[in-house]
Amino acid sequence: MAIQAAKTEQREGMHFLESVPRRWVTVYIPLTLFLFFLLFPFYWMGLTAFKPNAELLATDGNPFWVMAPTLDHFKKLFVDTSYPTWLWNTIIVSVVATFVSLATSVFAAYAIERLRFKGAHQLGVAIFLAYLVPPSILFIPLATMVFQLGMFDSRLALIFTYPTFLIPFCTWLLMGYFRSIPFELEECAIIDGATRWQILTRIVLPLAIPGLISAGIFAFTLSWNEFIYALTFVSASENKTVPVGVITELVEGDVYHWGSLMAGALVGSLPVAIMYSFFVEYYVAGMTGAVKE
Amino acid sequence: MDNRNVLGALFMLPAAAILLTFLTYPLGLGVWLGFTDAKIGRGGEWIGFENYEWLWDDSVFRLSIFNTFLYTVVASIVKFALGLWLALLLNRHLPFKSFLRAIVLLPFIVPTVLSAIAFWWIYDAQFSVLSWTLMKLGLIDEYINFLGEPNLARASTITANVWRGVPFVAICLLAGLQTISPALYEAAAIDGATPWQKFRNITLPMLSPIIAVVMTFSVLFTFTDFQLIWVLTRGGPINATHLMATLSFQRAIPGGALGEGAAIAISMIPFLLAAILFSYFGLQRRKWQQGGSDR
Repeated sequence: MAIQAAKTEQREGMHFLESVPRRWVTVYIPLTLFLFFLLFPFYWMGLTAFKPNAELLATDGNPFWVMAPTLDHFKKLFVDTSYPTWLWNTIIVSVVATFVSLATSVFAAYAIERLRFKGAHQLGVAIFLAYLVPPSILFIPLATMVFQLGMFDSRLALIFTYPTFLIPFCTWLLMGYFRSIPFELEECAIIDGATRWQILTRIVLPLAIPGLISAGIFAFTLSWNEFIYALTFVSASENKTVPVGVITELVEGDVYHWGSLMAGALVGSLPVAIMYSFFVEYYVAGMTGAVKE
Repeated sequence: MDNRNVLGALFMLPAAAILLTFLTYPLGLGVWLGFTDAKIGRGGEWIGFENYEWLWDDSVFRLSIFNTFLYTVVASIVKFALGLWLALLLNRHLPFKSFLRAIVLLPFIVPTVLSAIAFWWIYDAQFSVLSWTLMKLGLIDEYINFLGEPNLARASTITANVWRGVPFVAICLLAGLQTISPALYEAAAIDGATPWQKFRNITLPMLSPIIAVVMTFSVLFTFTDFQLIWVLTRGGPINATHLMATLSFQRAIPGGALGEGAAIAISMIPFLLAAILFSYFGLQRRKWQQGGSDR
């Protein structure tokens, strides 16, 4: 930490030459505008969720504040709609898909990076290419498959299809982490008579924990945010995930219940936002790591 | 050596089984479906290029290609410009630096569909807060119908896409900026370089490999975007914001024409391949960036 701080100091060393007014114009004002642009929708989402309908539809008064905050929208959300079920579905699907993907990715990444079997390099490239296949071109054939396999309109359909974008991502990320673990450690273990399994579970995995956390959090967020598969493969209300449920069921005809829509969006965003706040560094490492390699 | 191959195959097995079944096979199936007249509830017959011929004459499909390109090009350029600017700002010595970096990324991690709902409300024709503010400032006379007019709707969806994409570009480029050695800037300062010269001759060249990769990802995600459009406009008004992905969904799932939808989705592949090839060559780090001499 201290070294990093020193490094930062060194890197920023030249900027003290700038005058204070200049810094305001070149740094603080643009940065404030950026923050306003990036955060205003969240403020607006949160504010609307607590606004009573009378204030929402009033054209006079100050829309940027709420006079009489209410929990009605949340109550409606949790009592009158299947929102709790959607939340539960999203949690189940995200957690299971993430664990399945992580478990299979660990083996795949280790094999590609360290076992150096015939064709390992080509497989690594194939994994990267698989990462680039977007769900938008897969959902139609997958829908017919899901139907034929009898998984249509079930959480199982999502649990089986989400790994198609999670495994390539996790494998690619973990390959980078495994590459950073020195070979010598494994060689020592082999000399001491350890099996590949022991090497993987006792040496490589403990050292790759930051990578596992990064991959896990990212995978969880990706599953939580997934929309097109969930929209296509699920139709019954009790099987929907939060994003699909909010879009398809909280909008009734032309009457938009903005309050409950925003409450639904807020509650659906909170779990990922909270998890993100605890693991920011891992998250950023995962995102930039996947791009940098 | 044999053992290595066997063990390798064994370790690859679970991932390979899932990917082959749910990724490679559907990709092939999608190509095949594009050549059939499959509908929901009935298997298709092979009809050759009929879907593509039909689409070629379909003005909505052509419009969706135009929209997709407009959306991708404009959004990517704006995301790159704003993202690079934000990255440069965040790379300065700032109070609460790590906190700032953390909240900047929020738009990217929150589910797109849910943040799109917030934009939907911000763009509402009757209760838009943007219109309200502009009215109070005396800049407009009546509420703006953000999602109701073709070009306004395009601009509005692009803005929402930029909002979500800027943090991704900025944080990735920031990671790239932090790997540039400060010694280069000090050397430039001693030689009397202006800030612009430092940016043009040090920052940009050093950053170019990561810019290539980040922008390829950004282009890829923007080109195949579905969620944002589906929530905000569903392709309307009069198909002005239909992207290829949303048109493909609309024709295939609510419309039931699986074959035609698949053909639209498959039409995206050539463009995606071009983007991936670009990434492949962008990934090749040039020698001088690692201290060697240029070829």
